[in-house]
Amino acid sequence: MPRVALFVTCLVDMFRPSVGFATVKLLEDAGCTVEVPEAQTCCGQPAYNSGDRATAAQIAQQVIVAFESYDYVVAPSGSCAGTIVKDYPDLVQGAWVPRAQALAAKTHEITSFLVDVLGVESVTADMPRLATYHDSCSGLRTLGVRDQPRKLLASTGVTVREMDEAEVCCGFGGTFCVKYPDISASMVADKVRHATDTGAELLLAGDLGCLMNMAGKASREGRGIEVRHVVEVLAGMTDTPAIGEPK
Amino acid sequence: MSLHASTTPQFKQNSRDALADENLQSALRSARNGFVGKRAIARAKMGEDEFDALRNRGRDLKNHVLANLGDYLEAYEREVIASGGHVHWAETAADAQAIVLDICRKAGAKTVNKGKTMISEECGINDHLSANGITPVETDLGEYIIQLRDETPSHIIAPAVHVTVPQVREEFLKAHTHLDPDRDLSGLDTLLKEARAVLRAKYFEAQVGITGANMLIAETGQSVIVTNEGNGDLSQSLPKVHIVMASIEKIVPTMEDAATVLRILARSATGQDMSVYTTFSQGPRRAGDPDGPEEYHVVLLDNGRSNMLGTEFQDMLRCIRCGACMNHCPVYQTVGGHAYGWVYPGPMGAVLTPSLIGVEEGGHLPNASTFCGRCEDVCPMRIPLPKMMRHWREREFERNLTPAATRWGLGIWGWFAKRPALYRLATRGGMAGLRLLGRGRGRLGKVPLAGSWTDARDMPAPQGDTFMAQWRAKR
Repeated sequence: MPRVALFVTCLVDMFRPSVGFATVKLLEDAGCTVEVPEAQTCCGQPAYNSGDRATAAQIAQQVIVAFESYDYVVAPSGSCAGTIVKDYPDLVQGAWVPRAQALAAKTHEITSFLVDVLGVESVTADMPRLATYHDSCSGLRTLGVRDQPRKLLASTGVTVREMDEAEVCCGFGGTFCVKYPDISASMVADKVRHATDTGAELLLAGDLGCLMNMAGKASREGRGIEVRHVVEVLAGMTDTPAIGEPK
Repeated sequence: MSLHASTTPQFKQNSRDALADENLQSALRSARNGFVGKRAIARAKMGEDEFDALRNRGRDLKNHVLANLGDYLEAYEREVIASGGHVHWAETAADAQAIVLDICRKAGAKTVNKGKTMISEECGINDHLSANGITPVETDLGEYIIQLRDETPSHIIAPAVHVTVPQVREEFLKAHTHLDPDRDLSGLDTLLKEARAVLRAKYFEAQVGITGANMLIAETGQSVIVTNEGNGDLSQSLPKVHIVMASIEKIVPTMEDAATVLRILARSATGQDMSVYTTFSQGPRRAGDPDGPEEYHVVLLDNGRSNMLGTEFQDMLRCIRCGACMNHCPVYQTVGGHAYGWVYPGPMGAVLTPSLIGVEEGGHLPNASTFCGRCEDVCPMRIPLPKMMRHWREREFERNLTPAATRWGLGIWGWFAKRPALYRLATRGGMAGLRLLGRGRGRLGKVPLAGSWTDARDMPAPQGDTFMAQWRAKR
């Protein structure tokens, strides 16, 4: 049984723990032993993308120490997994480099881990609903996550109706959305319009940053589309209110 | 230093203005999917593997050139001189202005015809010529339209992409007063026909023609331009004097290498296999040539580029100016090119602008990116644009140019992020506070200090206690 460390991500930890539990369920269903290292906070991306390389490197080292003893590291986010996979080896120096490379080699986004590493073909949830899927940028372009969530969704009975520009950024971009709020607002308005134009009941994606951005815009505009992380559907855990919806 | 005025420090205001400009938004909407779709088809037609292999060849070829730039520039200069041309080295934009003005004066020029050249934009050639009594006439249709509107290009290959058709009509009615004011300008073809007729007449008036260069070939001393209108050919072959304005990184070693770049340039830019016209120029008219200029000058511009060699920004000099990065950039698609405030917009501009005019002036641009990575994904030269934007953010952070609020916020966040136990306490407390503010509504319409988020969208409230706390309680 592979020992998998869950990198829960800061946003899931704070805003949507159900995504963490759904990820644990999917991993356990696939035969993994899941542990959650206590010394995790964030992957360091806010510092790295703001030009504070020193802080980002310190956080990277903290993550390496906390996670390197496991067989695999899995995150419900292509963005955070992408940072560990693509950026850590560039970010650290000296003796840390091989350790960062070793961690990068065993770190995965959840749907890609299930499909590409474990060879999972289907999940047990039964969810005959119409959804549309937003391809979050880092997962898509850094880690090649595109077909994996769609494949698993198909096994639950979800029909994915593709929106226009599914692969275009939603305008979240980490600190971008507060540094350039006007541009971000226009981008997310386009995204939510494309999503609702499909007529889907569900808007799914694999990154909570994008999801909070899209859900926040959808509710502000009264779009009436249910926004969820893809793992909630895959784990059959949709009894919790959708993102931004009251209990 | 450049002589093209910049409004880059006002990027935020520029982008607000752009979002409020209905004509611009309408023009951006119609352009949005055209370029993207056409490139995708061109790539599929060639075969994705072959296309991407060609990108590798392009990258390797340009890396080789940059590693040997001095040698290739000297070889190129020798060949230009051997074919009877002149090479002028311009270290700065001001040098280029002086060189071009001097050539124009010696030619007795009153009118100068221009093919599309971004280097001329970078050097502010039109203003400089006008200020010295010489009239520059832009012959590229897009450039002609924006010249009438007294604007700068908003895109490096589609300079008037921000202008709508009704605006063009209005501009022509205003400018072409010698024509019947009640003429039919309803169709696109009528507009094109009128532009062609007006511009044709001007070709014969100019004493000097200025073009850019998509490439300079070291082994032959040729300059290469690609156009779709043929205007560049007329601009460079009809007047007595032809001036090529090009920056130093436009060098390729051989004709074969030029062919490699040509195979990927138009496909990346407009989705065409090749541009309609691809023209190789070599020196002035020789005895027996039916046409061509009597003098052939090349102005080679550095303007800060050699300072990029050997730095983390060197890869930017691989750029072949296809515009694919801006065509695919969601930020560019949202605000258009003028918001960027200087010559080069979009992702390539976000890296190049701080390199050429300084990060103090151009610092907004590398920040105004979500790092979505689409630009790097489509770049024919595989330039790691997001990575280089991040390098600019690092230079800003080192020099204390990052805004105080950002530094302050990052500092507090970083302090906690490096101390997991305290981080647990702080996040639990923070989320409990947000939940209280949310009062069971599942979302917050206003959050103190988070106006930039909540002005446009709700903030989803935290579901409950943090995951880490719940996990610990359960296991």
